[in-house]
Amino acid sequence: MTAESTLVKHRPVIESRNDFPILSTRMNGRDLVFLDSAASTQKPQMVIDSLRKYYSEQNANVHRGVYALSQTATHLFEQSRLKVKDFIGATSEREIVFVRGATEGINLVAQSFGRKYFKPGGEIILSQLEHHSNIVPWQMIAEEKGLAIKVIPINEKGELRMDVFEKMLSEKVQMVAVNHISNALGTINPVKKITEMAHRYHIPVLIDGAQATSHCAVDVQDIDADFYVFSGHKMFGPTGIGVLWGKEKWLDAMPPWQGGGEMIQTVTFEKTTYNELPFKFEAGTPNIAGSIALGAAIDYIGQFDMTEIHAHEQALLEYCTDKLSEIKGVKFYGTAAQKASVVSFLVEGTHPYDLGVILDKMGIAVRTGHHCTQPLMDYLGIPGTVRASMAMYNHMEDIDRLAEAVTKARLMLC
Amino acid sequence: MKSIEDKQREIIEDFSLFDDWMQKYEYIIDLGKSLPLIEEEYKTDEYLIKGCQSRVWLRAEIKDDRVYFKADSDAVITRGIIALLIRVLSGQKAVDIGGSDLYFIDRIGLKEHLSPTRSNGLTSMVKQMKYYGIGLQNKETV
Ligand SMILES: Cc1ncc(COP(=O)(O)O)c(C=O)c1O
Repeated sequence: MTAESTLVKHRPVIESRNDFPILSTRMNGRDLVFLDSAASTQKPQMVIDSLRKYYSEQNANVHRGVYALSQTATHLFEQSRLKVKDFIGATSEREIVFVRGATEGINLVAQSFGRKYFKPGGEIILSQLEHHSNIVPWQMIAEEKGLAIKVIPINEKGELRMDVFEKMLSEKVQMVAVNHISNALGTINPVKKITEMAHRYHIPVLIDGAQATSHCAVDVQDIDADFYVFSGHKMFGPTGIGVLWGKEKWLDAMPPWQGGGEMIQTVTFEKTTYNELPFKFEAGTPNIAGSIALGAAIDYIGQFDMTEIHAHEQALLEYCTDKLSEIKGVKFYGTAAQKASVVSFLVEGTHPYDLGVILDKMGIAVRTGHHCTQPLMDYLGIPGTVRASMAMYNHMEDIDRLAEAVTKARLMLC
Repeated sequence: MKSIEDKQREIIEDFSLFDDWMQKYEYIIDLGKSLPLIEEEYKTDEYLIKGCQSRVWLRAEIKDDRVYFKADSDAVITRGIIALLIRVLSGQKAVDIGGSDLYFIDRIGLKEHLSPTRSNGLTSMVKQMKYYGIGLQNKETV
């Protein structure tokens, strides 16, 4: 620990639960046990307050009015961009583009970067673990430009086969796009290594960080990828706001994706010149409230020590795995050595949908189904899994309730 | 043959005996387990109604002016609800099926299972059953 970090007094992670009003509500008459944070996290009071305050005291369009209110809104909006920049260790706020979420970020890169740089006959490398959001945008541009999609396979634990990846790299590859953490299996991928290997061939790399930002410290300079995307709603922020980070040299060279207000410098019917970064990629009135509240979410996370958050979640992961493995017929999917707090499982003789229905009745929110990773489920030969995903606000008691409910559901269903 | 109306009333009565959700679901699960399986040869894409959470297969046969359904699902709770729907609709007159109002689902507290957001295939299945009733009265099998 550095002298500086010892000066910062962090709050204990275990306290965080009380900051989330929804966690003290009930579902189907039972105290809510929320174990679906990989789909979307709950929101702390700070974020809720930020949204309320914005609309009750600060609302005005940004970058336009000379009046004080508009200037305040603009200031808060740009302040938030700076918070994002520091949060992921970017060098400049010019590299921080506000988008709707990880999905839009990936589409933006696929459309803008792909249109300019992709050449027919080339290849795009994805992985077997990808979310549909990191598959479909690439398929769309690949079809348009005549590229082939190649897929990094996984081993039986759900880890990327890096040996195969190495062999897949060649001059033909024009993009590598993989997730930082798999939403379906929890695998933490070696993104720094992947980037380094791709860069040996001068292949640009996009990392889908949707599942990472609330679970581990992200440093885009350390990873050194070319693009990194994430969603606010998966890191205690609101829905409808996310971030595309890109290296300035790329963002500068890339054409705008959407046209409209905000993204222009001058417009005539003959020719339009574009605004500078990052505004070139932010056509139309942005999600101002959402951006500011995302800044509040970053402030919120900053009250805690990311190392402690990670340790707490790892303890939950271990406890959950242990408790569920005591139940007869439980089979886990994804047992990577480096794994986030996601437990995907099935109970022999039961369908994930049935389990989900019974758990819901017992007040337990888990996700069932294919988790938007159909190619992965097909590969595993299963219709889907039951997925319990934990965040900093979960306690061991949540796991006890889950294990108890799965035991009961199994008795009912088998 | 009892009418759609009578059958719905019967089911509502049966369900009124349950004190809590667990008894109700245990009953549905039992129904699901006892529903005669659809023949494997019909478990093909042709008869498949795709749901994102569970899959449903549906087959209809027309004899005289009546429609007979067979259906199946990979999830047992979905199968249980299918068993109820079949109890109400199978063997009824095509015209009656087409115009039926299946209020019993709501009354026995299973409405959530027929909401499109559940994406378990049941919503589409009911639509399909009614469609057979309305549209395919002249065919032998569909
Ligand atoms: C790994 C991963 N990538 C991308 C996404 C898409 O995120 P969003 O829907 O917020 O754009 C998700 C969300 O489920 C995800 O888990």
